This record gives sequence, C-alpha cells and structure tokens, in this order.
Amino acid sequence: MSEIPEDLRFAETHEWVRDDGDGKFTMGITDHAQSEMGEIVMIELPSVGDQFDSGDVVGTLEAVKTAADFYAPLGGKVTEVNESLEDSPEKINQDPYGEGWLVSFESDDGEAVSGLMSAAEYRQHAGD
Amino acid sequence: MSGTIFDHSRPGREGLSLPELDVPRTDPAEALGGELLRKDGMGLPEVTESQLMRHYVNISIKNYNIDRGLYPLGSCTMKYNPKLHENLARLPGLSELHPLLPDGQVQGTLQIMYELSDLLCRITGFDACSLQPAAGAQGELTGLLLIRSCLESRGEDHRNQVLMPDSAHGTNPASCSLAGFEVVSVESDQHGMVDVDDLRSKLGDRTAGLMLTNPNTLGIFESKVEEINGLVHDAGGLVYMDGANMNALLGIALPGAMGFDVCHLNLHKTFSTPHGGGGPGSGPVVCNSLLEPFLPQPRVVKNEDGSYGLSRGGSQPVGRLLAFHGNVGVMYKAYAYVLSLGTRGLEEVSRNAILNANYLKARLTEAFDLPFDSGPCMHEFVVSGSRQKKEHGVRTLDMAKRLLDYGYHAPTVYFPLIVSEAMMVEPTETESLESLDGFADALLSIAREAEEKPHLVTDAPVNTPVLRLDEVRAIKELCVTEPPSEAGKAND
Repeated sequence: MSEIPEDLRFAETHEWVRDDGDGKFTMGITDHAQSEMGEIVMIELPSVGDQFDSGDVVGTLEAVKTAADFYAPLGGKVTEVNESLEDSPEKINQDPYGEGWLVSFESDDGEAVSGLMSAAEYRQHAGD
Repeated sequence: MSGTIFDHSRPGREGLSLPELDVPRTDPAEALGGELLRKDGMGLPEVTESQLMRHYVNISIKNYNIDRGLYPLGSCTMKYNPKLHENLARLPGLSELHPLLPDGQVQGTLQIMYELSDLLCRITGFDACSLQPAAGAQGELTGLLLIRSCLESRGEDHRNQVLMPDSAHGTNPASCSLAGFEVVSVESDQHGMVDVDDLRSKLGDRTAGLMLTNPNTLGIFESKVEEINGLVHDAGGLVYMDGANMNALLGIALPGAMGFDVCHLNLHKTFSTPHGGGGPGSGPVVCNSLLEPFLPQPRVVKNEDGSYGLSRGGSQPVGRLLAFHGNVGVMYKAYAYVLSLGTRGLEEVSRNAILNANYLKARLTEAFDLPFDSGPCMHEFVVSGSRQKKEHGVRTLDMAKRLLDYGYHAPTVYFPLIVSEAMMVEPTETESLESLDGFADALLSIAREAEEKPHLVTDAPVNTPVLRLDEVRAIKELCVTEPPSEAGKAND
C-alpha cells in the first residue's frame, strides 16, 4: 500500500497538489505513480513563466521501461521548478511528496482545487 | 576467454603475413610533414588469427538468437528466415554490384526491384511503391511526407494534426514530429480497439490524418477499420497504416481495401531478413494513386522496349530519403521469399502465425490475466503480470528475467503502455507445437514459482553469463567505449 498524505488533493492522472496559500500551489506525482513507473531516470520540466490550462501536459518523466507525461491539475503559471531533479531524478522515487516535488505554480483558479480528489477518494482510485 | 580483444593483445603478434615490400620505403614524416603524424600509437590489438577467431566465437555463443530457439518478442516478428534466401542474395551477380553502374549492366537487379514493387502492391492492395526507405521508421516518415505534400498541393497547409491510438508504437509519434505534425492521441475502448467516439471528437479542420497499426499492438484486429478510415476521409484527412504487423494479414486482407491511403512494410521482419540484428533493413512504402505523384525518386520503371531503368521525373516528389536505391540486399531476400511461397504459401504464413498465437494465449491464460478479451487474437497477444505483482510481489520484469534461466528469450515487456505489467508475445509461424509447448510450460512453471518460491523469480537470472544488470545505471551512466587496456597501451 502506498503513502497518501491526507492534506493533499489528487488528480486522476496521479499528480498531487498542495495549496500553499495566496493562490500558490506545488505539485508532484504520487507514491503510487512512482512505484508503478519504477526508478525515474530522466525528467523534462517546464520553464518558469510557462502557462498551462488544467489537463495540459506540463512535462515528461522517463523510467527504464516507460515514459509518461504529467499533467496540470489546475490552470496556472509556473513560478518555480525543482531543478535538482535533473541531476537526481531518483528523488521522485525516494520522496515523492517532499524533495521529489516537480513544479510550483500560481493559479487564479484556486477554487478548482476542491474539485480534485481527497486522499480517501484517491486511495480508492489508485486501487491501493 | 573473457575481456575484450585488447586484453589478448601482445606486441608483435599478428594474424596475417604481408609480402616483402617491393617499392622503396618512404619515411611518412618526410612525405607528409611531421606535424601531420599522430603522436600516440593507434592502439589496435595485436593478436593471432586463432585468438581472434576464438574471442569472437566465444562471444557469439553467449548470444541468444532465432537459430538457437524461440524468440517471442511481441511486435517484432522474430521468425526463422530460410537460409536459401541468404544464399541467393549473396550470389556474386547480385551482391557485387556498384550502385552507380549503368542501367544496361544491372538489368537483373532492376527487374527484381520492379517485380518486387509490383508484388508488394498486390500483397497490400495498393497502386505504387517506393523501395527507398531504409527501415520501418523511415517508411513512416516517407508516408507522412506523402500526406503532407498531398495536403499542401490542395492548399491545406493548416492541417497539421495526426491522430493515433494510445496503443501506438513509439515510432509513430516520433515520425509525426519529424514530419512537422502535431500528435493527437486517441483512446482505446474496453475491447482494446480505437474508441470511435473519441476519434470522432478529435477530428476537425486541422486533421491531416490518422496513423493506425492493424492488427494493433495488442494483437487485435481493428474490426471498425472501414468506419474509422471513412471518418478520417470525411474530415479531410488521409490514413496511414503502420504495416509492422503485416505478418498477420499476408494473403488474407488488403490494407488498400480497408480504406488506407498508404502503408509501409518491414521487409526485414515479415519478408525473410532477420529483424533486430542491427543490419540493414528495408521499409518500402506502398500507396494509392492519389499519393503516387509524391513518391520519392528515382523509382524503377519498365521501358517500352521491355528493359528496366530508373525514373528521374515524378511530378511532385518528396525529397530523396536515402542515397542510391535503398537496401537492395534485403529486397533480393524478400523477392525470393514471396516467389518461393506464392499466394497460398503467404496466406499459410499468416494463418499459422495466428494459430500459434492463439494456442499460446489459450495455454497462458491459465495463469495470467488478459487485459482485453476480444475473442481470438491475431499474430500476437498481450497478457498482464498484474496478478503475480499484486499477490506475490513478483513483477513482469522478474518473470522475463527468469525466462532467460529457462533458456528462452523473454517476450516484449511493458509495451503497449496502456497495459500494466504487460507481456507481449508473438510466437510467429515458424515454431512447432513442441516448441510452443516448451515455452508455455516454462512460463507456467515461472507463475508457480512466483506463488511458491518468489525469490527464484525476483533473483533471476542465475544461469546466464551475467546476472541481473543494473538497468538504471546503464541509462544514467551510459558508456559505450572500452577504455584502452594496459596491454593495448603497451604496444603503442
């Protein structure tokens, strides 16, 4: 069974979102997602300032046998990316909710975060 | 035995004797100028012929290949290829030609190319063929360039989206990007086929076309193919068939009749050249008369006097894809294969490929989950190791490694991406019943091990020349050159 923190919200495509307040958010992929992918060996991150609509491809993760896009759970503008992942993508496997965060963004669509799944809903969705 | 060829090197050893020098010796420094000479030695290994032979034979023994046993790599058609066709392609009159010889001196080869083009058109139901592309992915690129040229000729440059199912081979989106298109993914339905409603919702003014593999990468025949192709045509797009899975259709079904506009064939898998050997491939493109004017030039033509030549014209060709005329050695083998089997023989190839796949599938479903059960499969099928992972913590990767211990090459794993813990099995038509049973017994035995003694599977392989490789490190710290050994340096 994978770890699913209670204070986060989740997208069907296995991203988590943390509401940092003041319209700012941080996202990553879930413990379940990293465990399904296996060890991540490469990552393509967006640039600071990139704009996304909800559901757009934000970047790509590559593991030994597979590559997967990750998607914007909310519309917004990228304010920071976790550049340390370019050298150490394994942080996503080791600490998906902490040092393995992917992107911070600001969104004026903050209300939409409540439309994402709760931890309990995500647990059911992931089949854990 | 071990190490690289450089480890066998000793100063002064050699594998051949050159005759005495019969011209005056020249000092290279004097002739060329000292600054042009390299300072260090070349670092080439100095070995005898017998050392060289043993070194490479010992390496080749460690290799697993179709001449040793079943090679069920899904989507790859790793079938046995008759040695007769190799011998024919090596006849000096064929193999020793220079590509720039005048047409009059290579009539035989031109005739073979002309007739092969015609045979491939008849096998696929199309009107015209280019033998130029060097392999499947280049065939895809060629086909997409034909589509782009056709749209441009209609003044429809704005059509820049190519649709493809989420089960597509990775080369499809890559070829699209290379041809300047944007990729739009179409979902699969619960039967593993194109979700027609999703397709319909994604067609529009910007649709350039659809790329479809049929049978698809799940080994399932897209039974709505005519409806799908009709929808794309109605939206103003063209349809490309990835012919990677043609081994299921030979002599049975014509892509041209299914409504496709263009497809490529992999001669180096379906038509008697080994696949995956790193050697030359060949990915001819066949198309309908709509796209023919855009085919790359030159093509082989038959002159009025019955002789063969190379066309220089073509009304609006896309550019050359390859120097000269394609990989002709592969074409000889394909020509020999088609002629030696004939129409009925080709049909038997596909029917036996389908029969073998269905037999294996039926045996393996005893222990493995079927992600999509749409009735009989075509020439390959996909099972999932999800049950083993969930109940015993044994992943498909572990079972694939364990198969090596049993003396088999593993199937394709973790593809297509829409199936978790996927194992994609393509036995091909060249396996006997005993061979299929041997493989099924091995995989079922591994499923029992996963249940009873999972460490046997998660620790595998143990009977191979090397134990489990660190695949993560291989990707992160890729090093494909051997640093010069001490022995190699010593003889500089």
